[in-house]
Amino acid sequence: MANGIRAVTVPKWGLAMTEGTVVAWYANEGDQVKAGSDLVEIETPKITNLYESPASGVLRRCVAKVGETLPVGALVAVLADEEIPDADIDAFVAQFAKDFVPESVAESGAEVLKPQTTEIGRRRIRYLKMGEAESTPVVLVHGFGGDLNSWLFTQPALAQEHPVYAIDLPGHGGSSKQIDRGDLAFLASAVFELMTALELLSAHLVGHSLGGATAFELALSHPEHVKSLTLIAPVGFGPEINMQYVEGFMRASRPRQLRPIIEQLFANPALVGRKMLDDIISYKRLDGTVEALNTIAGTIFKDGRQAVELVPRLADLAIPLQIIWGESDRIIPAAHANGLPAPVRVHFVPGAGHMVHMEKAEEVNELIETFLHA
Amino acid sequence: MARKSFREAINEALRLEMRRDQRVIIMGEDVAGGMGAPGEQDAWGGVLGVTKGLISEFGPERVRDTPISESAFIGAAVGAAATGLRPVAELMFIDFAGVCLDQILNQAAKLRYMFGGKATVPLVIRTMYGAGLRAASQHSQSLYPIFTHIPGLKVAIPSSPYEAKGLLIRAIRDDDPVIFCEHKMLYDETEEVPDEAYSIPFGEANLTREGEDITIVAIGRMVKFANQAADRLVSRGVACSVIDPRTASPLDEETILESVNETGRLVVVDEASPRCNLATDIVALVATKAFSALKAPVSIVAPPHTPVPFSPALEDAYVPNPAKIEAAALAVMG
Repeated sequence: MANGIRAVTVPKWGLAMTEGTVVAWYANEGDQVKAGSDLVEIETPKITNLYESPASGVLRRCVAKVGETLPVGALVAVLADEEIPDADIDAFVAQFAKDFVPESVAESGAEVLKPQTTEIGRRRIRYLKMGEAESTPVVLVHGFGGDLNSWLFTQPALAQEHPVYAIDLPGHGGSSKQIDRGDLAFLASAVFELMTALELLSAHLVGHSLGGATAFELALSHPEHVKSLTLIAPVGFGPEINMQYVEGFMRASRPRQLRPIIEQLFANPALVGRKMLDDIISYKRLDGTVEALNTIAGTIFKDGRQAVELVPRLADLAIPLQIIWGESDRIIPAAHANGLPAPVRVHFVPGAGHMVHMEKAEEVNELIETFLHA
Repeated sequence: MARKSFREAINEALRLEMRRDQRVIIMGEDVAGGMGAPGEQDAWGGVLGVTKGLISEFGPERVRDTPISESAFIGAAVGAAATGLRPVAELMFIDFAGVCLDQILNQAAKLRYMFGGKATVPLVIRTMYGAGLRAASQHSQSLYPIFTHIPGLKVAIPSSPYEAKGLLIRAIRDDDPVIFCEHKMLYDETEEVPDEAYSIPFGEANLTREGEDITIVAIGRMVKFANQAADRLVSRGVACSVIDPRTASPLDEETILESVNETGRLVVVDEASPRCNLATDIVALVATKAFSALKAPVSIVAPPHTPVPFSPALEDAYVPNPAKIEAAALAVMG
């Protein structure tokens, strides 16, 4: 904090984000805010998210007005102690505006964070690495129909203290669409092959939904390579699954048809941006995608129920396990996490749906970080 | 995924489909370049380099230079399509359709119907259209309405690199003849395009943005201009929906009507000459099927009814642009 003055800037959520629009302020000028308290709601073409204050201090200026669209890195607000004179704040704002170079301009030439692909056997797997810390790596595994971008709020946070690898499962994102039988054993072995190829000999696994069951399967088959397991709204803990969602996801070919389907993933449907829908439609157009999803759905969600039962296998699991579930999950009921044996740490997050790690990102990040430290 | 130009996106679509299906061949003037003379192979790759590099992977059997006779090679492509290949013929400029129109309108478009559905013509004619390259009146026209008028043909008009790749793959896999119209000023436009093959369905318009005040339907290169105008209109308090029909035939009437029913206002932007173009067609559609939804008279942004001028100043004045679209939208808003 230069001279006790701290800039709050438009965050970069996900690789594609270039600008954000201020939707609402959650604090007023003059308020004392704490690090981590709700500060401002920012809308991107993909998703709307609450931005929490990166530091404590008095909110001296709300520089960005509601409705204003600013590039990533632009000044949104100024935090400072009470005793710093207004003139200093004004000078800071003016200087920031003078020095600011938007990322789109600054980055041309510089190295941009990009997903990589690697060939394993005859299969192409795409992944994104973030973070250079010398500590146990974290591997993030997305859910059915998702991809590595679903970790846009999770990966940068965990990457502060760990190297973090977000991967695209076979049949998903930029990975090959051939998925053999499409069962858990296959998906888990694909993740394990990537870990082997990247020499991740021991890693924390974090999996969401189908990716949660995949991570569980991997932990059972290769316990020596898995340090801990965080499952977010995982598949495999009960028979119910919202097949109306699964089938709607497969069927929709236009953003307008897809919107009411994708809105079911969130407790607050207003968070869903147009770009999220466009990205899913583009993914579904790729050769082999719909066939791959059909195979997976036919195997894992056979006859409209979950065909995978992980609870009886909990006893075989010898590594720490935590489960995080959005209380308002409309895809897989959060009640599936009730009554699990004691060593399993279970956290229910209020006001969140199936995509709890996007909807309540800070809360989920903190749960994961605390768990990784333990 | 990487940023690719419109030119690269089309090249990649051709390459992926030629790998996938042995029956896909390319033919046209200078598509390989050099007319077989040693040392000149792949010198051109089409007049603007779109097919460059394909001959080295697929050889002269599948990437065929043709004589400068559109009536001959378009006719040959129709025959090849009817007898088992899936040719992609390059008609260098859409303006040259005049010399091979019988092959397109009476042969390609009609064979399926003449033979009671027993014949198919899985032919793609890739062709370059549009003004802006200072290429004068015989190399600058936007003649896609002529093909839209002919039953039996499908007409695709991609508006961006992503659209071009997906629509061309769809065109090659289609069992009917497709006229694939590429605006010459788009070849160097870039955007993120997946490396893998994907196909965009025909007859499914792309609602490129959603706003409640006015619907702008724009064709091909005009889609970008319409979105630029819509960006500027935000500051005037006007929220636009912008529709890219993607294919003129089949036309996604539903998306257009649904949007006009929501906004009650319509501007159509078409680079084709103003008489009997796509704009008049779309306006007629709305007048017959959604008249009661209209809150204001519709507006058309199109060039004047004149050949494309050679004078750069006049050519620039001739083509629709974001400022003209913005003005038209504001006039409709009243």
